[in-house]
Amino acid sequence: MSWETVIGLEVHVQLATASKLFSASSTRTGDEPNSNASLIDLAMPGTLPVVNREAIRHAIRFGLAIDAEIGRRSVFERKNYFYPDLPKGYQTTQLAEPIVGAGVVDLQLEDGTRKSVRIHHAHLEEDAGKSLHEAFSDETGRAMTGIDLNRAGTPLIEIVSEPDMSNAEEAVAFARKLHAIVTSLGISDGDMSQGNMRFDVNISVRRPGEPLGTRTETKNLNSFRFMEKAIKLEVERQIDVLENGGEVVQETRLYNGETNTARAMRSKEDANDYRYFPCPDLLPVLVSEEEINELRDALPELPDARKARFVEAYALSEYDAELLCADLATAAYFEAAAKQGGDAKLAANWVMGELTARLNADDIGIAQSPVSAEHLGELIQRIKDGTISSKIAKQVFDACWAGEGSPDQIIESKGLKQMSDTGELEKIVDDIIANHPAQVEDYRGSDDAKRKKKIGFFVGQAMKATQGKANPQQLNQLLQQKLNG
Amino acid sequence: MHTKTLTELRAGLAAREFSSRELTEHFLRRIRQFDGELNSLITVTEEQALAQADAADATLARGEGGLLTGLPVAHKDIFCTEGVRTSCGSRMLDNFIAPYTATVVEKMAAQGAVMLGKTNMDEFAMGSSNETSFYGPVKNPWDQERVPGGSSGGAAATLAARLTPAATGTDTGGSIRQPAALNGVTGLKPTYGRVSRWGMIAFASSLDQAGPMGLSAADCALMLGAMAGHDDKDSTSLDEPVGDYLNDLNQNLEGLRIGVPEEFFPDTLDGAIAESSREALRELEKQGAKLVPLSLPSIKLSVPAYYVIAPAEASSNLSRFDGVRYGHRCDDPVDLLDLYKRSRSEGFGEEVKRRILVGTYALSAGYYDAYYRRAQQVRRLIRDDFARAFAEVDVIMGPTSPETAFKIGAKVDDPINMYMADVFTIAVNLAGLPALSMPSGFVNGLPVGTQVIGNYFQEGRILNVAHRYQLATDWHQRIPGAFA
Repeated sequence: MSWETVIGLEVHVQLATASKLFSASSTRTGDEPNSNASLIDLAMPGTLPVVNREAIRHAIRFGLAIDAEIGRRSVFERKNYFYPDLPKGYQTTQLAEPIVGAGVVDLQLEDGTRKSVRIHHAHLEEDAGKSLHEAFSDETGRAMTGIDLNRAGTPLIEIVSEPDMSNAEEAVAFARKLHAIVTSLGISDGDMSQGNMRFDVNISVRRPGEPLGTRTETKNLNSFRFMEKAIKLEVERQIDVLENGGEVVQETRLYNGETNTARAMRSKEDANDYRYFPCPDLLPVLVSEEEINELRDALPELPDARKARFVEAYALSEYDAELLCADLATAAYFEAAAKQGGDAKLAANWVMGELTARLNADDIGIAQSPVSAEHLGELIQRIKDGTISSKIAKQVFDACWAGEGSPDQIIESKGLKQMSDTGELEKIVDDIIANHPAQVEDYRGSDDAKRKKKIGFFVGQAMKATQGKANPQQLNQLLQQKLNG
Repeated sequence: MHTKTLTELRAGLAAREFSSRELTEHFLRRIRQFDGELNSLITVTEEQALAQADAADATLARGEGGLLTGLPVAHKDIFCTEGVRTSCGSRMLDNFIAPYTATVVEKMAAQGAVMLGKTNMDEFAMGSSNETSFYGPVKNPWDQERVPGGSSGGAAATLAARLTPAATGTDTGGSIRQPAALNGVTGLKPTYGRVSRWGMIAFASSLDQAGPMGLSAADCALMLGAMAGHDDKDSTSLDEPVGDYLNDLNQNLEGLRIGVPEEFFPDTLDGAIAESSREALRELEKQGAKLVPLSLPSIKLSVPAYYVIAPAEASSNLSRFDGVRYGHRCDDPVDLLDLYKRSRSEGFGEEVKRRILVGTYALSAGYYDAYYRRAQQVRRLIRDDFARAFAEVDVIMGPTSPETAFKIGAKVDDPINMYMADVFTIAVNLAGLPALSMPSGFVNGLPVGTQVIGNYFQEGRILNVAHRYQLATDWHQRIPGAFA
């Protein structure tokens, strides 16, 4: 008998505000530990929070993008627990009255089908700090833990989906779509390597038609790839447990991407009682119709609209367009390369093919690509105008990736320009024919079908002589002319 | 000089009868002379006070100055003062040198006030007797075997003993008004949101409010003018214009409608205390006020509601005292849990622990609806009661406390009895209203206070009522014999 998988996601997205959710400290990362930690972030006695209105506006932008009800009144609550990187002893978050209500996200799957994933709600909350366990000791040499509160108080939205996904591919497609939405909105940089977007995945399995099974939560997945693997791993584990007569325990699990293993972190029984209650230091957040309309009118182009435009304007397939719109940076890169190169189809193929492969291999984002959109556009121009062949183009791309300069510079310095000068090529062809009388005789004695194969030898020789720079079409023409002559 | 009110001292400074330095030195001398016994101050900031006094004298010499230039004030040790220990009466913060200054302190300093020191208080403002302070109980200047009330007991006692002419307090459930009553001084809890809470160590955030304590309503009006106002750093501070409190003081009381709730004069109330407040009402009647009997039926629920809401908020507010970043940390913690447990067990006193436990319980899964949510519902009922009453009257009056100062140690083992004595003050905090306590007589040689409650932002009105009363009476001018 088969199994059905039920998946729901909780997605934390760090909002791209200059200052924190409740203090004026910078949200910049990579600074000296605790250099972006104010009196408020340190939870000094007597300090009070003041909400960052831009974070509210970012959350509203997200709500509008998924067609959700915006909370005209939302309430910050305190989630109480003790942890060293949680300076106040509570996290300020939202529970009963979140800023973003129910909404929906539409997905285009690889097999061409469409799917809608419902959003239960999205709420605003502050991030915690970081515990630094490495290389701290006191004067007597005892190991100590350092606390860095630079991240403490950074604004997040937590997006909670309904359990509407039924396999890892759908979950990843959903995650990608959220990434596309938040980056298109400009409310987050979506940089998963920095933990600026991270996923908690709730998974359960059941026999078709049966009620929902017990779920587990795998926390803090910070790449699409790990998410996909972690889901597959957990689904297999649950099925294995059930098929062996066991029971799935409701627990929180931690996935290790390096070893592709997961372990239980804590079970439901050890769950904290967070003693939520409305934060008395903050007034309810009120949002006017006017503010909502103003934000709606100013929304940038969203992934679905962009996708439709790509299909229309560049004659791309739905699926290709969806992939290119997966995040704002990729979409922008594609459009820039397509415009400069003058060939959208070619640009799309290069972006989804060579470029994506190289980015994945080096595990970097498109923003860090050594080959810029301008470079790729230039490369496409050179293919189009016959300066280089597609084959040479890959070589130029590699050199450009390695930082050897712009495509034009590389073509020039490496002398990769196609030999299109008929006189020069003719001389080379003449030499080859003169130097290989046996092959010429063999060719001339063959019928048309065999000649098509045998001409390959002369093409090879010519390419060798020109280091691949001969224009293939021209060369073919010339050879046929001379040999058949 | 110490027998003068703040208002009189201000006039004296303006007339160059004495300098701020002379004034400051005089009070510092009195503190040295008397406070060893009284224990009303935790920290005396002599050097800083003299420097501020000299600066004030220079300002005055230029013919300049603010509302409080050159006038000494003692701040409750709940207000953060940069570079000065801010203990909140707790071992937890015995080593805490505040890295910044509370808005209240800053605003008063900006008006030229001279800080004499930090007054003793119940630990984290939790108590009505000043016995929960880590620094030991404060003595009541009227009878040193008795408590001064709390939690602003140090402030009230130091004023009554004339060791300072002005003090700040905070009031979460009566912590300004009750000690004011028990020491024969005047204290005002403003409307919630009138005075910034920035830098004031939180006990129960939705109830805490700072206010002035002085020898007269006029003194409180002078101080409130300096303390009040919107603060961007406190989201719950309200953007209402600050009244001209000094100007409001002298309005006549013709036609003033005074609500007299039956709940403030229950049969069980000490007859002499009731009579003191009734006498005050008669005096105001003489001046043209009309008494309007009324009822605030929900008030009887205020003590239980308060003792759910306040501890609930406190249990969360006090979580930051974990031994990690500042404050008391236990010796040689073996692990994180040990660090938390021992730092907090050692750092907090019994009453604070009791309230953290009660509050944690009230917010727990399965109890939240029965306690916290229900208490919030009661809070709305109380607010509605007052709203109905203020549709008919201008102020509401009654005794501040059902009892006079009790013997130190008498209630230590009976917290419920201690809580019940907050019955007349607590509803005001739950509703967020302004209220003042003024001296209205003595019972067995101990001061009694009468409370004047106003509608939201009617501080000017209640100060006016108290001032007119004080023009006709001299209870507020009495000085305990040992400190004359």
